[in-house]
Amino acid sequence: MNDNDVVRDLTLDGNAVAGLLEEVFGADMTTADGECAHCGSANAVGALRAYTRAPGVVLRCPACGGVIARIVQTPRGTLVDLRGAAHLAMRR
Amino acid sequence: MRRPLEWQIATVKAIAQETAQVKTITLVLPGWTAHRAGQHYDVRLTAADGYQAQRSYSIASPPERPGEVDLTVERIPDGEVSPYLHDVLVVGDAVEVRGPVGGYFVWEASSGGPLLLVAGGSGVVPLMAMLRHRAAAGAKVPARLLYSSRTLEDVIYRQELEALASRDGLEVFHTLTRGQPKGWTGYARRIDQPMLAEVSGPLGTAALAFICGPTALVETTASALVQLGLAQERVRTERFGPTGT
Amino acid sequence: MSQKFVSRGFTGKRERAGGQGARVPPGQHLVSDFPVLSAGPTPRTDLARWTFTIDGLVTAPVSWSWADFQHLPVQDFVKDISCVTKWTKLDTRWRGVSVDTLFEHVELDPRAVALIASCDGGYTTNLLLSDALNGQAFVAYEYDGKPLAPEHGGPARLVVPHLYFWKSAKWVRGLRLVNKDAPGFWESLGYHIRGDPWKEQRYTDD
Ligand SMILES: Cc1cc2nc3c(=O)[nH]c(=O)nc-3n(C[C@H](O)[C@H](O)[C@H](O)COP(=O)(O)OP(=O)(O)OC[C@H]3O[C@@H](n4cnc5c(N)ncnc54)[C@H](O)[C@@H]3O)c2cc1C
Ligand SMILES: [Zn+2]
Repeated sequence: MNDNDVVRDLTLDGNAVAGLLEEVFGADMTTADGECAHCGSANAVGALRAYTRAPGVVLRCPACGGVIARIVQTPRGTLVDLRGAAHLAMRR
Repeated sequence: MRRPLEWQIATVKAIAQETAQVKTITLVLPGWTAHRAGQHYDVRLTAADGYQAQRSYSIASPPERPGEVDLTVERIPDGEVSPYLHDVLVVGDAVEVRGPVGGYFVWEASSGGPLLLVAGGSGVVPLMAMLRHRAAAGAKVPARLLYSSRTLEDVIYRQELEALASRDGLEVFHTLTRGQPKGWTGYARRIDQPMLAEVSGPLGTAALAFICGPTALVETTASALVQLGLAQERVRTERFGPTGT
Repeated sequence: MSQKFVSRGFTGKRERAGGQGARVPPGQHLVSDFPVLSAGPTPRTDLARWTFTIDGLVTAPVSWSWADFQHLPVQDFVKDISCVTKWTKLDTRWRGVSVDTLFEHVELDPRAVALIASCDGGYTTNLLLSDALNGQAFVAYEYDGKPLAPEHGGPARLVVPHLYFWKSAKWVRGLRLVNKDAPGFWESLGYHIRGDPWKEQRYTDD
């Protein structure tokens, strides 16, 4: 492992964007189960990799690295792309 | 039903120096709701011209203390938000926050155990909330904390951890990576698989693990614990992001 | 809501523009460091397997190995760059091959009006040919006299300094000529199709 990998140090867990997700979806999404549309692996949203130092927030699959969700906030609203999620299951 | 998540203006009630680089800030919240140990608040700073910076800070206090929360913040020298919280913020100031959020990285007395906590630096904060909650709730779940710090002086909550560890079923293991006092008997290296095997061994592979701190420590620990036989979904991680070190 | 709240004494980690104000596009602030933006892990491509390809609406596609690419005529350029996350950095020093030079090796189909840059890691961005030609865009592989660091897009990235920096795709591996300006990774989720910082074209409809 390279100790000077800046980008690795900028990587967070999905749990770190809980506030944004709750703002967008109106509920805590970090315990929702998601299935990756790229590789089929199942993970809680809180266990995804989160990249926040970018023009938007990108959530990636910890197994295959594929993009599961993208969220962009603009002055006119919020855009969400969930193409990479085969499904999301929210528990009551 | 819980209230919708909104930004609220908290007031700084107290500021306490924990170590040379770490302070605990007590915030009084007009819209306080009980959190679950491990959750965090988002803190948003706004300049006069509208420029904003937002970061997350774990709640250090247990949910058993109504109306307020403790945030414990390490000062990152070339950072944007933590130097403000350390150098500018004073008692009586207003801070914009929202929370509590993050139900994934949560331990409650009802979650059971055995509980394995692994922290690096300020990563101890949400784990401390879990230990404080465990004590406040009178939970007897066996628990072990492995805590990596640079030096003894950098250990956050040292006395309180000692006091907690003298009670039922909690053991605390320190590793000091940059320097050890004379006669130090604890670990003196970065967390590695043999260290994790020793600390987690007595808890068995059914343990529920929470790992928090710098990304490198979190990743090393998480993969080592899975190799040691813990189930992936019982190994929860919280990466704190860049610390400038 | 809380629009009017101001954090007492907070100014942010920003530099004053001083006498350079005229060089800073609207809504931007100066930085002296070089922030790393990342939407995913840093790809590590073995230079022995690195290629750069131009395809799509060209008579015959062309592809260079890393070694061949190093033999293309290079240019040094010093430019100000502006990221849509609101920082501007002045006088960044680059070395690379201009898109004009690359296009000397292909014959463009007259229907080609735009290109899509593709990258290791899956990132894409779109550019009109009118923004890519005439010394406006480069494939850079040195920054500040040193090989371009992986976190900044090395071994090679697109540099299109007159547009927001998300157009300057890191880890670029090819350009595909197309007959329609179709949105890339950020342009397809709310960001402006062109992204001119002087017109503050941050989001769709700006
Ligand atoms: C869920 C969660 C909970 C957290 N809880 C706590 C807590 O309880 N206590 C605590 O102290 N911290 C906590 N953190 C970390 C905290 O959110 C901040 O990241 C930390 O305080 C640093 O913020 P800063 O603004 O001071 O520094 P930043 O401005 O974020 O900079 C940090 C370091 O990274 C470098 N850096 C920043 N951005 C870039 C970039 N784009 N490219 C290259 N280098 C860069 C800076 O130079 C600096 O060295 C938590 C983080 C998360 C995600
Ligand atoms: Zn996947």
